Amino acid sequence: MKLKGSQILLKMLELEKVDIIFGYPGGTVLDIYDQLYKNKLKHILVRHEQGAVHAADGYARATGKVGVCLVTSGPGATNTVTGIATANMDSIPLVVFTGQVPTSLIGNDAFQECDITGITRPCTKHNFLVRNIEELASTIKEAFHIARTGRPGPVLVDLPKNVMAAEIDFDPAAIQIRNHEPIHKPAPKKMAQVYEMLSHAKKPLIMTGGGVILGKASSELTELARKYQIPVTGTLMGIGSFPGTDPLWLGMLGMHGTYYANMAVSHCDLLIAVGVRFDDRVTGTIETFAANAQIVQIDIDPSSINKNVVVDLPIIGATKPTLRDMLKFLAEHNYTQQAAERKEWLEQIAGWKEQFPLAYCQNGQIIKPQHVIETLHKVTKGNVIITTEVGQNQMWTAQFFPFDLPNTFITSGGLGTMGYGLPAAIGVKCAFPDKHVIDIAGDGSIQMNIQELATAAQYKINVKIVLLNNGYLGMVRQWQELFYEKRYSHTDMTYAPDFVKLAEAFGIVGLRASKPEEVEPTLLQGLALDRPVLMDFRVSRDECVYPMVGPGSSISEMKLGTREMIN
Amino acid sequence: METKEHIISILVHNKPDVLARIAGALGGKGYNIESLSVNTTTSYEISKIVMTSIGNQTTITKIENQLRRIVDVIGVDDLTNVESINRELILVKLSLTADSRAKIEKAIDTYKWKVIVSANTYLILEITGDKPQIDFAIARLEPLGIADITRTGIVALELEN
Repeated sequence: MKLKGSQILLKMLELEKVDIIFGYPGGTVLDIYDQLYKNKLKHILVRHEQGAVHAADGYARATGKVGVCLVTSGPGATNTVTGIATANMDSIPLVVFTGQVPTSLIGNDAFQECDITGITRPCTKHNFLVRNIEELASTIKEAFHIARTGRPGPVLVDLPKNVMAAEIDFDPAAIQIRNHEPIHKPAPKKMAQVYEMLSHAKKPLIMTGGGVILGKASSELTELARKYQIPVTGTLMGIGSFPGTDPLWLGMLGMHGTYYANMAVSHCDLLIAVGVRFDDRVTGTIETFAANAQIVQIDIDPSSINKNVVVDLPIIGATKPTLRDMLKFLAEHNYTQQAAERKEWLEQIAGWKEQFPLAYCQNGQIIKPQHVIETLHKVTKGNVIITTEVGQNQMWTAQFFPFDLPNTFITSGGLGTMGYGLPAAIGVKCAFPDKHVIDIAGDGSIQMNIQELATAAQYKINVKIVLLNNGYLGMVRQWQELFYEKRYSHTDMTYAPDFVKLAEAFGIVGLRASKPEEVEPTLLQGLALDRPVLMDFRVSRDECVYPMVGPGSSISEMKLGTREMIN
Repeated sequence: METKEHIISILVHNKPDVLARIAGALGGKGYNIESLSVNTTTSYEISKIVMTSIGNQTTITKIENQLRRIVDVIGVDDLTNVESINRELILVKLSLTADSRAKIEKAIDTYKWKVIVSANTYLILEITGDKPQIDFAIARLEPLGIADITRTGIVALELEN
C-alpha cells in the first residue's frame, strides 16, 4: 500500500496508540495538517508552541504514557525548547514532531529554517532528522521506544516537508528498530548488603524521588516502608510516590523541606535513596548531607550515581524490579526488625515534628496563601490532580497539600519553568476529563502562558486555576528580603491585569476572594461550575516560604520564620 | 586521586551528528577532549572514536557514564586501566636550504625517519609513535626548520580481550 509521509506519520501514531496530540500548524507541516483534517485523531490547538509541549508533558506525567506534540519549523520549533528542556530535566517521555524545510533547502537559511536537532541536542534524550521517506516509519517507532524506555525523556523528530509529501509502500509489520530496553539484572550480593546495612541501622530513612513515580514503583516503596516501619521523605519529584497522609511520611526535604525531614536526613544512619539524583536544592552543602549515614542509591541511570553525593552502595536498576528484589530478599531472610526497634527513632522524629510542624498564621483580614491550599485539600478531600507554576505557589503546594497517589502532583522540578502549570493542567484534564484538575498558580507565572486560557475555553477543558495573587514575583522577592537587604529589585508585579475581567475576556469564569472567609465559598463555587474557572485569591503580599535552607547552608540549618508563624 | 590522561575508546553507530552528540555531551558538562580520532571500523555502520581526557578516576567515570547515555553509543572502554598500546602519527614538511640540507639528512639517518615525499625544496616525513616518541621527534625536528606539521589524535588498542 503506497502512502504519503504525512499518512505514515498518522498511521504510526495510531500504532503507538496515541489518542491525543497538542499542536500548532504552519507552513512546513501543512501536509500533516491536511491529513489531520480527515483523521479522527484528537488534536488540541494551543495558542503557543511552548503550551503544546507543557500540555503533552502534563498528559505524560498524569498518565505515564508518551505525550505527543506537533509544531512547524523555525520559530514553531524554537518555541518548544523550554518545554523540551523542562521534560528533559524531569525525565518525562515526549515525542515532539517539528516541521522542517524541504531537504533540498536545508542549510540555505530558507524561510523558517532552523537547525532544531542541533538546538535541542543538549535538552533531548535523543533526536532525529528524517532525511528520506525510507527511514520515516522506523524513526517514529524508535522515537517512541527511546522516549519511554530506560530513564525516559523527550525525543524530537524533525520532518522535512518533502519527506511528508513523498510516497512509499508502507508495511507496519516490516519495521525493525534497535532495542533500548535495559534488561533487569538481579543483584543478590547487593541485596545481601542492604540486608546487612538494615540489620545494623538504628535510624534508617527512605528518600523517594521521581524515579519511583516514573518506574511505577510506589506500591513496592510503600510496602517496604510500612512493613519495616521505615520513615520516608521525598524530593519534590517524589511527592505522591508515598501516601502523604501516612504517619511515616515526613514531607519534602531540602531547601523548603520540613524541619523534621531535614533533621531526619541529618541524623539518620542509613539512607535508602530511590530514584533520586541529589539535586542541589535537596542536598544543601554536599559535605554535610546525611553526614552520619551510609547511603544506598537505587537508580536506573548510572550517570546519576556518585554524581553529586558519593554513596556507599550503588544499585543500578529500575526502581520497581529492584525494590521487588529487595522485598523478596528481606522476607526470605527473615528480616524482622520492625516497629519495636524503630520506636526510639520514630519518637525522635515525632519530637522534631512537634517542635516545628509546618505552620503559618491565618489571622486578621488578609488571606494567607497556605490557607487557600489547605482549604482546597479540605473541600476536595485530595481527590484531584494538581499542577503548579513555579515559585512560592509550588513550594506551598508541596508543603501543605498532602498527595496520597503518584501522578497527581504535576510540577516542573528540575528546570523550574514558570508558565508550566496552566498548559500542563490542560494536558492532564484531556487525559482525565472526569477529575478535578487544578493549577495552583502565582500571578507572575500565570502570565507567562496566560494565552492558553483560550485553548481551555475553545475545547471546554474545564481546568481550574487557583491564583495566589500577591502582586510580587514572590520567591525572588523572598530571596531579596532575606539575602539582599530588602532591595526589591524588579519583583513588584502590582501592575497586572484584572484577572477576573481577563478570564471573562477569554470566555471563562473569573472569581475573586479578598477575605479569609471568602476562600472556601469561592473554591466551592469555582469547583462546582462545569467550566474553566480562574479564582483570584488576593493573598498576603509578604508571606515567605518556611522552613528555608539558605544558599550554601547545610540542610540542618533552617530559617524557620518568626515564632508567630510557627505557633 | 591521581589526575592523568585517560584514553577512552568509544564504539558508536555511524549516524549523522554522532560526533556532535559526543562533543556536546562532554563540552556541555564541562569536560575537555584533549585528543580525538574517529573512523569507521570494518563495518561502515559502526565507527570507533578514541579520545583522551585528563582527570582523576571519578571524573573519568562521570565522562564514561555521560557517554553511555548517548543513544548511538554502543560501548565505552577506558584503555588506561588495561594493557594497551597507543600511537599517534605526524606528517612534517621540512624546507631544504643550503644550510639545512646536510643536518636534515643526518637526522633522518640517525632517527630512521621515513621520507614519503622528496622534492627539490622540501621533504615530507611520516613519523608514528606513542606520545613521548612523537614529542621527542618534534623536539629534534624543530631546529631543522618545520615548514608545516599535522598531528593525529591518539589511536589505541587493548592487548588482551
